Amino acid sequence: MNGAAFIVIAISTLAAALAAATLRKLMHAALSFAVALVGVAAFFFLLGAEFVGLALVFIYIGAVAVLIVFTILLTRRDTGKDHGFNWAGAIIAVAVFGGLMWAILKTQSLVIVAPHTPALTVKRIGVALMTTYVWPLQCVGLLLTAALIGALILVLEEKQ
Amino acid sequence: MTPTLQVFLLVSAALFSIGLLAALSRRHAIFILIGIEMMLAAANLNFIAFWRFGGEHQPPIGVIIALFSIAIAAAEAAVGLAMVIAVYRHYRTTNVDQFDRLHG
Amino acid sequence: MIKSIDQVFVNAKHWLLSWLAGWPNWATQVVSSLINILALLAVFLTLFALLSVLERKILARIQNRYGPNRVGPFGLFQPIADGIKMLIKEDIVPVRADKIVHFLAPVLIAAVAILTLGVIPYGRNMAPFTIDCGILFFFAVGSATELAVFMAGWGSNNKFSMLGAMRAIAQMISYELPLIITVLPVVMVVGSLTADRIVAAQGNYTYGLIPRWFAFTPWGMAAFILFFISGLVESNRTPFDVPEGESEIVAGHMTEYSGFKYATFFMAEYLGMFAISGLAVTLFLGGWHAPAHALEFIPSYVWFFAKLSALLFVYVWVRGTLPRTRIDQMMNFAWKFMLPMAFTCIVAAAVWHYAGRGLRGWLWSLLVIAIVYNGLSILLDTKRKFAPRVYRFAE
Repeated sequence: MNGAAFIVIAISTLAAALAAATLRKLMHAALSFAVALVGVAAFFFLLGAEFVGLALVFIYIGAVAVLIVFTILLTRRDTGKDHGFNWAGAIIAVAVFGGLMWAILKTQSLVIVAPHTPALTVKRIGVALMTTYVWPLQCVGLLLTAALIGALILVLEEKQ
Repeated sequence: MTPTLQVFLLVSAALFSIGLLAALSRRHAIFILIGIEMMLAAANLNFIAFWRFGGEHQPPIGVIIALFSIAIAAAEAAVGLAMVIAVYRHYRTTNVDQFDRLHG
Repeated sequence: MIKSIDQVFVNAKHWLLSWLAGWPNWATQVVSSLINILALLAVFLTLFALLSVLERKILARIQNRYGPNRVGPFGLFQPIADGIKMLIKEDIVPVRADKIVHFLAPVLIAAVAILTLGVIPYGRNMAPFTIDCGILFFFAVGSATELAVFMAGWGSNNKFSMLGAMRAIAQMISYELPLIITVLPVVMVVGSLTADRIVAAQGNYTYGLIPRWFAFTPWGMAAFILFFISGLVESNRTPFDVPEGESEIVAGHMTEYSGFKYATFFMAEYLGMFAISGLAVTLFLGGWHAPAHALEFIPSYVWFFAKLSALLFVYVWVRGTLPRTRIDQMMNFAWKFMLPMAFTCIVAAAVWHYAGRGLRGWLWSLLVIAIVYNGLSILLDTKRKFAPRVYRFAE
């Protein structure tokens, strides 16, 4: 694990995330959000979980980001123009960050380097998903189907 | 310098706080969804980091929880965005402060 | 001797890297990646230039004319002239455009196309980079194309661009499902997502004669055809070039692009075509393996590029032969026919595996595919829906 790579990824991820949270134009924010998620996927690569990183890119960039930009497109003619910025939220976010940072920096047992483990192959994930976690997997499949049908019913045109 | 678990958790905490900032302070429904997705991504980062630094496990539970969490985040995004569109059709706005009537 | 010709590029790279003996490990890695990237770009940009002129020549031949024949011998220097023309054209950005998004769209689309080329093994030991889940990488990175197309449509702030982008995304998402699902039977049968392992699994010959390419099994053939059709759609080629239908919406999401940015879109389309065809060769046509034992003296990369060229020729041939489909026909075809057939391929591959991967499995999987194909044809009443329109005249 490389320190330089870590710093580069961390800075670009957090910058993109901050842009996604604060930019005025919605479309720019959505695209920054996509960049931030690519950064998170890069972290997964750095940590040796390539499969999850690629799944994250696949699902977030290929599906969620496209859904978000489509929603922006469909809700373009917005009558309530004044969308404002709530400073109380910013204060709460900073407070939460301060609390988390204090807790993380206080805990000495977290200052450890990664142990050497054998590389995580797709086969191991697949075997685990198909044996130990087969029921959760089915539940997720059911959940996704339900979400698909629910989303479709929600966006159906209302009959007058 | 090799990054320790601590710095990964710090980055994850920062990402979570930025997500919280987006969810709490923006009044646009889509920003709130983006914020929630960012918080979920930060949680996933924590799962993967703890799995990597926690030593050998069979099955690799941190990875599997992260996978499930990604699937659930996708479902949540689909339903959430469908709700944004449905509400927009009704009120002609995406400002969450103006969704103040139950019956329209 | 044969082996050394086969490995000439690999050995050349090792020889180049041996100059850096004293360098630290990370520097050697960076140089090694740079060599790979440069080789990839050099090969595929040359192929792009060649194909752009050959395509016009083949189309001309199909349409009974000469095609470009002014610049250089047989018009072969035409791409250079085109390149110079594109470079010196004015770069126009609309006033109301979202400038950043408008600029980033061609960059993203070209980057994605080049990245997806990286996981394909072009010959023995010749994959630019090997990753445990290479096929997933291909599709994960490739899914960013949709976002890039949307950025182009949105950034241009133009009705035609937006319409074209919407059409492009609708068809890409619809056909991405069959595209990915037809890959699954291969991944299931091989038991690996690594491109190298998939190629290695197709290396032998049945009865020492027929190569064990997956395209020679019933499920593999069906999956290959479905994959090829989806590939046509993904790379926005005729007959599925609805997003940029010139006669309806100017040039779709590329309407507001000019000069070098337009050339970048054009290049990305071709590179995407190379990537999809390369993946099809890897998955179904045995990658760099020779079609017969006696022909194995020809180097592996020659075989790969021969198969790739054959597929590219089919792309051009289809373009010269078929008219553009309507978007509703395309969508019906994707969801009602392609998707069920893609799922059938998975079942047929499983049947093939459990019936012993021999002649018996071959016949059983053929039976499964034939039943579903006929059932779908009857259910969808294909004669009515997909047949040429019947015109009624006053009598």
